[in-house]
Amino acid sequence: MSTLAQKKGFGATLWDYLTTVDHKKIAILYLIAGGFFFLVGGLEAMVIRIQLAIPNNDFVSAGFYNEVLTMHGTTMIFLAAMPLVFAFMNAVMPLQIGARDVAFPFVNALGFWLFFFGGVFLNMSWFLGGAPDAGWTSYASLALESPTNGIDFYALGLQISGAGTLMGGINFLVTIINMRAPGMTYMRMPMFTWSTFVTSALILFAFPPLTVGLFLMIFDRMFGSNFFDASAGGNTIIWEHLFWIFGHPEVYILILPAFGIFSEIFAIFSRKRLFGYSSMVFATVLIGFLGFMVWAHHMFTTGLGPIANAIFAVATMAIGVPTGIKIFNWLFTMWGGSITFTTPMLYAIAFIPSFVMGGVTGIMVASAAADYQFHDTYFVVAHFHYVIVGGVVFAILAGTHLYWPKMFGTMLNEFLGKITFWLFLIGFHLTFFIQHFLGVWGMPRRIFTFLPDQGFETSNMVSTIGAFFMAVAVIVMLINVIMTSIKNERVGNDPWGDGRTLEWSIPSPPPFYNFKQLPLVRGLDAYWIEKMDGKKGMTPAEPLGDIHMPNSSFVPVVISFGLFVAAFGAVGIGDKEAYGIPVLVIGFLITFGSMFFRSVKDDHGFHIHKEDLMNDDDKGGKA
Amino acid sequence: MHADEKMTYETWPAAPEKATLEAKNKFLGFWLFLGGETVLFASLFATYLALKDKVPNSEHYLAKDLFDLPLVFMATMLLLTSSLTSVYAMYHMKNFDFKKMQLWLGITVLLGAGFLGLEIYEFNHYVHEYHHTFTSSAFGSAFYTLTGFHGAHVAFGLAWIITLMVRNSGRGLDLYNAPKFYVASLYWHFIDVVWVFIFTVVYLMGMVG
Repeated sequence: MSTLAQKKGFGATLWDYLTTVDHKKIAILYLIAGGFFFLVGGLEAMVIRIQLAIPNNDFVSAGFYNEVLTMHGTTMIFLAAMPLVFAFMNAVMPLQIGARDVAFPFVNALGFWLFFFGGVFLNMSWFLGGAPDAGWTSYASLALESPTNGIDFYALGLQISGAGTLMGGINFLVTIINMRAPGMTYMRMPMFTWSTFVTSALILFAFPPLTVGLFLMIFDRMFGSNFFDASAGGNTIIWEHLFWIFGHPEVYILILPAFGIFSEIFAIFSRKRLFGYSSMVFATVLIGFLGFMVWAHHMFTTGLGPIANAIFAVATMAIGVPTGIKIFNWLFTMWGGSITFTTPMLYAIAFIPSFVMGGVTGIMVASAAADYQFHDTYFVVAHFHYVIVGGVVFAILAGTHLYWPKMFGTMLNEFLGKITFWLFLIGFHLTFFIQHFLGVWGMPRRIFTFLPDQGFETSNMVSTIGAFFMAVAVIVMLINVIMTSIKNERVGNDPWGDGRTLEWSIPSPPPFYNFKQLPLVRGLDAYWIEKMDGKKGMTPAEPLGDIHMPNSSFVPVVISFGLFVAAFGAVGIGDKEAYGIPVLVIGFLITFGSMFFRSVKDDHGFHIHKEDLMNDDDKGGKA
Repeated sequence: MHADEKMTYETWPAAPEKATLEAKNKFLGFWLFLGGETVLFASLFATYLALKDKVPNSEHYLAKDLFDLPLVFMATMLLLTSSLTSVYAMYHMKNFDFKKMQLWLGITVLLGAGFLGLEIYEFNHYVHEYHHTFTSSAFGSAFYTLTGFHGAHVAFGLAWIITLMVRNSGRGLDLYNAPKFYVASLYWHFIDVVWVFIFTVVYLMGMVG
């Protein structure tokens, strides 16, 4: 009954992952796919920095630079950061609330495969005529004029992967609302679960405007409509609004889970309850709410007028308040705690000053009048890399170290981890700190080269050197992952020793049904409470009984593949190719046909019987 | 209660759409999905309002010249009535009366198909009489996208309800399929509510210019 991956052949393991509906395996899929795209996006970043290392460089052409720049942003946001965050949500959140599974295991798998095929489709553009080249924001005035099919791949690829993200969000919301273990009230949920909850709500309401914006773009570019064509009455500002109504909540979709991961880390490695837990919950919800009120601060120079600019400027600055609450709570969590400087904790400690710097420049660019100076300069590039790298990427790296044992049952090497940390931290500040000054000195963003004697040479060289530090850091981390996997020293339930929440009370990796008996939760930091009472594990909330589990299914892959095919058809229609319509129809037939198949075929799942559970001694390695 | 249990009128629960954990999840998840759908249509409405009557030159017809209210009123009545008949269907579902539920769902499908037929006739009319097409102007693009998204939802809803009716016709109600019928009816109500807004914002406001 256990599905021990190591004992199977390669084919069987592959099939296992293609058909899995287990949230822990889907987490691993997200981690691998997101990690792969992170490397791709990183490679693109290196091309950017090499091109800008010296003036008048011709490492890449101007056109290719636009493609690399666009794909760097798009890949990092949609195909690296979000899936990596989703990896941790899938791996940890159901365990933290004491659930055996997520609410919709099938939909969860479908969400992953949609993201995956969307991402692959987007990157196919490299080999089929050219990648998108209008920036990750793909403003319509620019995007409609792009001569290659790149923008088509952008719009269709993001449409497919966005649908997957939306499904993931709904799945997490329902899981948290309906499937918490006995005693796990809302105000006892770990901070990472809370941030998953708020993030999922943001996804639910932020992705539909993107869906609409992308549809309008698809229709304009491929089906002859006129939404953004001013000569036919259209208006390109509609794209800007729809994109940023999505795009601003999107940055909170990324940063809130990062806050959640750091909240866990600060509590674990300070051996203290998170300071101001309820105010943390309040701040998270408030940031989520305010995140929808500020989108037009990306459009200060569009010309919406002084009243609109003033309102959006003030609303934006208001977000500094709940964020400040969080920063002080983290500091007070460490205050008086017995701190251990593990790799995750190093990232967490470095995150505070790095992120605060991004926050301070955020207030600067939020001042509408000043923003006319900062807009479209490297100052803005520095700002958003400070919040996204200093916040989200630090959290992803920290989370990888923190949750690796829970996901794979073995610890990443701490020494190599710390080398990665220091290289990455130094490289990060070296790369981006100087870009604040470059921006104020007048270097515009998104340019493919600059001239000598403008005063940009040294600073750009410094920035490029920093980028190489980060690249080396990531390589060291990869070596760490390979070494750890080869050594494969198994660890127990609570490898960090100070785990506070439910995921640390079960084996690493957990059995595929997670909890043999659902745990009884007696307060915040449920496992810590039991440990302080001298108990070895959680008190069960139910007698041992049969466990209901979902069946594996290959259908999610087929549904997603159908849309992947249909998207090629849509590109063909845009090019007035004869194959366009038939391919589109075949793709939709595959998708809707497999949905129909799923719909009419009953799937009741299966039961693990009590007797089998009693024989299963839960010694780990059974996920 | 298990999803595959054989049910009778006596054992049928008061809220069969929420009787099992799977059903509860489906129920809540679908409500949340409808929340996302609301934002989707809100974005389409905003786009439509921004592009209403935005045409390249004065040869193009505007909203006040186009719409034929009696036809749209008929379509509205068909769809509103179909929402009512789906309520009857759910009433019988809760009373474990499978045959009557199927009957009222059948009527719902017929009314919905009638609506879709009128909408297709209407679009055809605009294209041929007024040369108001998807590609003729920004107004045309926005109009057909908003109403077309709604129409596509109606078509999907019809296919969904028909599939459910045919699939379950041989085996009657149980706790596995009751939530499926219920969320399909929720979807149908949502389509109806969206149409109320389309009728108001596109057609009524269109008539007054």
